[in-house]
Amino acid sequence: MYSQGLIGADARTDETPEFLEAFQNRIDAEEKIEPNDAMPEGYRRTLVRQIGQHAHSEIVGMLPEGNWITRAPSLRRKAALLAKVQDEGGHGLYLYAAAETLGVSREEMTEELLDGRAKYSSIFNYPTLSWADIGTIGWLVDGAAIMNQIPLCRCSYGPYARAMIRVCKEESFHQRQGYEIVMTLAQGTPDQKAMAQDSLNRWWWPSLMMFGPHDGDSVHGDQSMAWKIKRFSNDELRQKFIDATVPQAEYLGLTIPDPDLKWNEEKGGYDHGPIDWDEFWRVVKGHGPMARDRIKARKKAWDDGAWVREAALAHAEKRKARKLVAE
Amino acid sequence: MSGEVPLWEVFIRPRNGLSHKHVGSIHAADEVMALQAARDVYTRRGEGNSIWVVPSAAITASDPDQAAENFEPTGEKIYRHPTFYDIPDEVGHM
Ligand SMILES: [Fe+2]
Ligand SMILES: [Fe+2]
Repeated sequence: MYSQGLIGADARTDETPEFLEAFQNRIDAEEKIEPNDAMPEGYRRTLVRQIGQHAHSEIVGMLPEGNWITRAPSLRRKAALLAKVQDEGGHGLYLYAAAETLGVSREEMTEELLDGRAKYSSIFNYPTLSWADIGTIGWLVDGAAIMNQIPLCRCSYGPYARAMIRVCKEESFHQRQGYEIVMTLAQGTPDQKAMAQDSLNRWWWPSLMMFGPHDGDSVHGDQSMAWKIKRFSNDELRQKFIDATVPQAEYLGLTIPDPDLKWNEEKGGYDHGPIDWDEFWRVVKGHGPMARDRIKARKKAWDDGAWVREAALAHAEKRKARKLVAE
Repeated sequence: MSGEVPLWEVFIRPRNGLSHKHVGSIHAADEVMALQAARDVYTRRGEGNSIWVVPSAAITASDPDQAAENFEPTGEKIYRHPTFYDIPDEVGHM
């Protein structure tokens, strides 16, 4: 899923003006940059951070949904949810591999996630309290992620763009299975419909926050746009998401929890009420309701898996030695 | 860093009749686990019927800084293309 408006990029760079201009000319000509090509340090650092955050988000994003696999209400739902969570793991791996082409190691990235230096999308620091949340996440959270990720398929950095093409091909299933869950609840008993509405109430605003701060407050947006890492601003993407989602909620007979939401004929899109940016920054900085649990779960998985990694490496060494003797 | 799990490049043949194509990379302790991981990560939706894994360290790549001297000269050798030669229409398709 889930790249978020980049948090804390570092686009400073100090190469010669000639070098920077030649690089910018390549970008402007829509040439892709490949791993061994010369690139400004700021470009490299921005990508390492963005792709790393994106990869971590995919992996941490497996946790809130994994929470419901054993309690899915039918075999059909369970198979779909398992497949979706497995896809998210795959997305994380495509993205880690893309980041590694820039010279950062998997181990470094894992360490940064576990010790809190690396960020991931704020959306995963909210809890999944009911089965309806699994539907709402697919519908809204994967929906928001798709808006973010489609333009990334044209990102100037080749390995990132290629990873995003694979990811985007798989996301549509995520959103559709989620919408189907919400639709089933919305068309069910009054209790089920109330469960769907409650879930929408809790996830709507955090989903809008996934696009990151308003354009005026987003620190390194301009440089990312110039380098064609980003193609649309946070607010443009958020607007697209709202305009696409409101009719989907109307179809379900559910109410978007924003009293200020109304169609603006002039701009051909919806106006929305104020977003609680204090909450956003609190959650980004690790004070979300589930932040501690998420990292604890990742740390446990990493620590519990240590003996498996060691055993696999020892076994590989032994096999290699045996093969040498046999030759 | 000690205990780093080796990197492998993954190539997949979408179907017989086509070449294996690079799709990405994977970490695995050995070639057996690399094949299993590649299958799980890169073929969840019928993307292929054959996988190659190659240790990334075994790949030798050309230097992008030498791309011009390596590849630009062929641009001038237009006589390597069929359209360089004038054949009268009367001769028919050739
Ligand atoms: Fe994903
Ligand atoms: Fe997804």
